[in-house]
Amino acid sequence: MNDDAPLLKISDLRTHFFTRAGVVKSVNGISLEVRRGETLAVVGESGSGKSVTSLSVMRLIDAPGRIVNGSIVLRTKLGAVLDVTQCSEKEMRRVRGNDIAMVFQEPMTSLNPAYTAGNQIAEAIMLHQGKRKKEAWEMAAETLALVGISAPEKRMFEFPHQMSGGMRQRVMIAIALSSKPGLLIADEPTTALDVTIQAQILDLMRKLQSDLNMGILLITHNLGVVAEMASRVAVMYAGQIVEQGLVSDVFLAPKHPYTIGLLKSLPRPDSHARLEAIPGNVPSPFAMPPGCKFAPRCRHAVPDCSAGEPPLVEVNEGRLSRCFRWSEL
Amino acid sequence: MSAMLEVRGLHKWFPVRGGLLNRVRAQVQAVQDVSFSIQQGEILGLVGESGSGKSTLGRSILRLTEPTRGEVLFEGRNVLAMRGSELRGLRRRMQIVFQDPFASLDPRMTVEAIIGEALAIHHLKSSSDRVGELLELVGLSPDQRRRYPHQFSGGQRQRIGIARALAVNPSFIVADEPVSALDVSVQAQILNLLQDLQKKFGLTMLFISHDLLVVEHLCDRVMVMQLGRIMEIASNKRLYEAPAHPYTRALLSAAPVADPGQKRDRILLKGEIPSPMNPPSGCVFRTRCPYAIAECAEGVPPLREVSPGQFSACIRDVKDFATC
Repeated sequence: MNDDAPLLKISDLRTHFFTRAGVVKSVNGISLEVRRGETLAVVGESGSGKSVTSLSVMRLIDAPGRIVNGSIVLRTKLGAVLDVTQCSEKEMRRVRGNDIAMVFQEPMTSLNPAYTAGNQIAEAIMLHQGKRKKEAWEMAAETLALVGISAPEKRMFEFPHQMSGGMRQRVMIAIALSSKPGLLIADEPTTALDVTIQAQILDLMRKLQSDLNMGILLITHNLGVVAEMASRVAVMYAGQIVEQGLVSDVFLAPKHPYTIGLLKSLPRPDSHARLEAIPGNVPSPFAMPPGCKFAPRCRHAVPDCSAGEPPLVEVNEGRLSRCFRWSEL
Repeated sequence: MSAMLEVRGLHKWFPVRGGLLNRVRAQVQAVQDVSFSIQQGEILGLVGESGSGKSTLGRSILRLTEPTRGEVLFEGRNVLAMRGSELRGLRRRMQIVFQDPFASLDPRMTVEAIIGEALAIHHLKSSSDRVGELLELVGLSPDQRRRYPHQFSGGQRQRIGIARALAVNPSFIVADEPVSALDVSVQAQILNLLQDLQKKFGLTMLFISHDLLVVEHLCDRVMVMQLGRIMEIASNKRLYEAPAHPYTRALLSAAPVADPGQKRDRILLKGEIPSPMNPPSGCVFRTRCPYAIAECAEGVPPLREVSPGQFSACIRDVKDFATC
């Protein structure tokens, strides 16, 4: 198996929702790659389509939503190459948990309140690895220790409501990692947590990633978390990627007005200067502007921007921008 | 400058009931012996993690929840002793902006009715002009007055919440996490608006937030709370440049900064935030503190002045932290 080949390759993914009020093009032509051992962050504001992207990879899009175009090619642990969009539901059940695992934002709503932590981790192990109950239970305790929970034998018998938010997120991560997936999708994994606990969870994810050589697709709205966790970043706006590249390049010399706007609207340490907010609001999915989706809010917009949609062009190697005027920024 | 608001020894305990006879089994000590003052025209930031008691403190000052014990003096008058019309008169001077712009506006009322209600309660003349003026003040169009909250985005709703608070010309505002529910680009718009309005009307503000960068950006002085107690109070500059309390240091080092070039030595705290129902004896931070010593468990450390205007509730010397 070629180790340089991407673990996950999304090509021109389009996930649309066919609602009564009209078609919502939540994800509208996304292409991404995640390699083994790397973290790719997808950053965007609410409604940008970042979560729908991650749910599409897991094939968890329910009606009225549908993947209408594109491929999601995954390299499984056994070396097989399959397109998630073409898999049967039965095949997907093997992929989920085994090859791709997911950690959600709200650990309280994603855990089952009626089962103990131990039960829920052991269930995942029995399901995905076909272990017997006793063996699964022992492995579950080991996994809990792996995610930094002290006295795992005791914690195994606790219910989610007996745990703090940080502890629940560790249990979620334990469930996700119990089958040692190649790819972890972390959808806002620390958004509901306090900063000191967030720091612990991010530290844990970094450690486990290097131990297991996992690829991580990190979905977040927090640019600080991106800077600390990811090597590459894709910035999403209105269902599209508007900029992509190495985190260091994108943050230090952004090549799209939206990225520039996002970075400037953040309060910075040691600066009390007035913030440069992005004017206006995210466009309604039912009233997308013609041409560049960001043009109505853009300081650099010219009439041409609303005439045709700018393509995602390669600015330099691995660095993409969806702006006609990137070279002038 | 004179103190507009002074809080002395404020406590707020919530009883926890349960069992067969629904007896009070325990007390959640949400706010414990908190004292501070806010000067006229000042923005005081209040930072803390969830369960630190920061919202309860803000609400106790306005008597949206009755404090258990202590004193709140607003322009020298005791807020906690006020009744009836006196209290209503005071509430005109003190207003609150809530966190969640989706939950704090009545979905069945138009914007005009929402703002008009604030005026009516305080027997102020409500006119179409006044509502339009307020909407313009917060950056909305007066034409939008007949719309309902669901027709606005989150940022616009927060503007409505601010317009409602400003309708009665208050001099003091508690802003309880006003930007936490908003996207960063919109958050910046609202922070700018609050800053402009504060300057324009010389407002005094208690700005509650869990986001240290937002507080640093906006506030003159900052107060750090944990488990109902004040850990540190200092000027903005001092707190961020030379934090004295180990908890403040840990908070500052834990906050992720959007600067990939910056690699910091992070103080990773061990363990969990203790339950406010059963806080540790002595210093409430000692169970997670990397510098805790045996004496920390013995008594609650009082706030002491470690540099002019900087108060820290830690018995250890700042100099010791470097060598530990």
